[in-house]
Amino acid sequence: MSDLRDLYQQVILDHNRKPRNFRRIADANRTAEGHNPLCGDQIALYLTVEDGVVKDAAFQGSGCAISKAAASMMTAGVIGKPEPEVEALFHRVHAMLTGANGVAAEVGKLAVFAGVREFPSRIKCVTLAWHTLQAALRGAAEPVSTE
Amino acid sequence: MTPGAFVTPVAPNEVWDVERIRKDFPILHQQVHGKPLVYLDSAATSQKPQAVIDALVAYYSVDNSNVHRGVHVLSERATAAYEGARARIQHHLNAASPREIVFVRQATEGINLVMASFGRRFVGPGDEIVISAIEHHANIVPWQMLCEEKGARLRVVPVDERGEIVMEAYVRLLGSRTKLVAMTQVSNALGTVTPIEEIIRLAHQQDIPVLVDGAQAVPHQSVDVQALDCDFYVFSGHKAYGPTGIGVLYGKERWLERMPPFQGGGDMIKAVTFEKTTYNELPYKFEAGTPHIAGAIGLAAGLEYIAGLGLDRIGEYERELLACGTRLLSAIPGVRLIGTARHKAAVLSFVLDGVHAHDLGTILDQQGVAVRAGHHCAMPVMQRFGVPATVRASMTFYNTPAELETLAAAVEGAREIFA
Repeated sequence: MSDLRDLYQQVILDHNRKPRNFRRIADANRTAEGHNPLCGDQIALYLTVEDGVVKDAAFQGSGCAISKAAASMMTAGVIGKPEPEVEALFHRVHAMLTGANGVAAEVGKLAVFAGVREFPSRIKCVTLAWHTLQAALRGAAEPVSTE
Repeated sequence: MTPGAFVTPVAPNEVWDVERIRKDFPILHQQVHGKPLVYLDSAATSQKPQAVIDALVAYYSVDNSNVHRGVHVLSERATAAYEGARARIQHHLNAASPREIVFVRQATEGINLVMASFGRRFVGPGDEIVISAIEHHANIVPWQMLCEEKGARLRVVPVDERGEIVMEAYVRLLGSRTKLVAMTQVSNALGTVTPIEEIIRLAHQQDIPVLVDGAQAVPHQSVDVQALDCDFYVFSGHKAYGPTGIGVLYGKERWLERMPPFQGGGDMIKAVTFEKTTYNELPYKFEAGTPHIAGAIGLAAGLEYIAGLGLDRIGEYERELLACGTRLLSAIPGVRLIGTARHKAAVLSFVLDGVHAHDLGTILDQQGVAVRAGHHCAMPVMQRFGVPATVRASMTFYNTPAELETLAAAVEGAREIFA
């Protein structure tokens, strides 16, 4: 069970039970939808971006504990950040999960997702929220798919 | 090697000796994540007995050649082995003639063949195809494609909360516009065994042909296509203890004769000039190109293996496993079984309160338990039961009650992690 405890850390389980920013932002000025056709996870992401800064971020949808916690912690982590910083964080999270740069660097609390790297079939559960965020910032019209 | 030269497994003694049967499946004897493998995903693909593996090795080691063309001895042997496999599959399904046994890649291709050939000839604007709400995507999407192309309409028979076909609704959907009924014999996602004999009888009362998706039936029970009186029957080799990439379409000769070829190429022709091509006779008209010769031989060996164990005894043992698994899972607080048909195959599709199917799948895998987590290529079934996904433990005759206890303990473990 030790590997499982690395994957399902208390922080992740807590965000799964009580996801932060789990709501719709009625007057969001950036939105995007994401879908993982392999497992059916769905996410709708809402952002309020003012003067290049993410003032508010929220999501709705359904998915596994990993995907829900990822979206929850991502929204909490990007509120108040300028867009380029959000983009840089996305790349650092991605590198942490794919092991491109070895260990997690400068991702703060998001380091709890490092254990997902050992479960290749679950990496997309984390990246779905981040790809959807990127799409929202870039104003993509089509829903994002992990496939 | 000559047809019939494969080793037929000796039927076990009076008692069902599962440990002895498990010895026939080399893959089962391994550890994953440091735990003994508990393979409960046979509805996705079955494991292969040594007899099948040996048949493949023997074919490639001794007889490999192309079929139906060479004058040399290897080609004669390969042709005899390939056609011998067809004859044994004909016998296994009790088809009237080997001309009615068409080798395809899998059940999916069999359905697509009927869609493209039967459908394009006999279905027109305003016509209707009747399917059920518990079909695999393979028995939904081809008909949607045909309906879109022809301006025809897809009608779907609903299922009740147990996952059983609502027969009154089925009867109401049949009519003069119905050109085909395409229905599963056993649901892959829920395990529902449909009243396929009655479904066929009711359609035939109105002269409507019926295609049966037998992908989940052939591995577990005897199938007699003449007794069923179905017009088409499809199944996949890899779920029936044979290799991937091979499957069978059975079709009544009188339908196959009237249907145009599916694909063009070698083997499906008698003569070709640039002015005119004469198609080959059945079943070769539907087998363009060099077939999966080894696959056909391996599939025949797989069917021969389960026939040797005894299909009635397999069914009996699997019913015991289902009862055992149902009892164990039902005792776990928060577990909800999806699909509780009165007549059910050894499939346990379930959800656990507060734990998503994918999390559960990962946790079970860490305990060595292989299950499928997801929509099981049957998204409409998931919608019907209001769940995004389920965990599916699918059993077969090489599984044991002890493995089901490991499954139940692992589900309990998941509850604890998420508590």
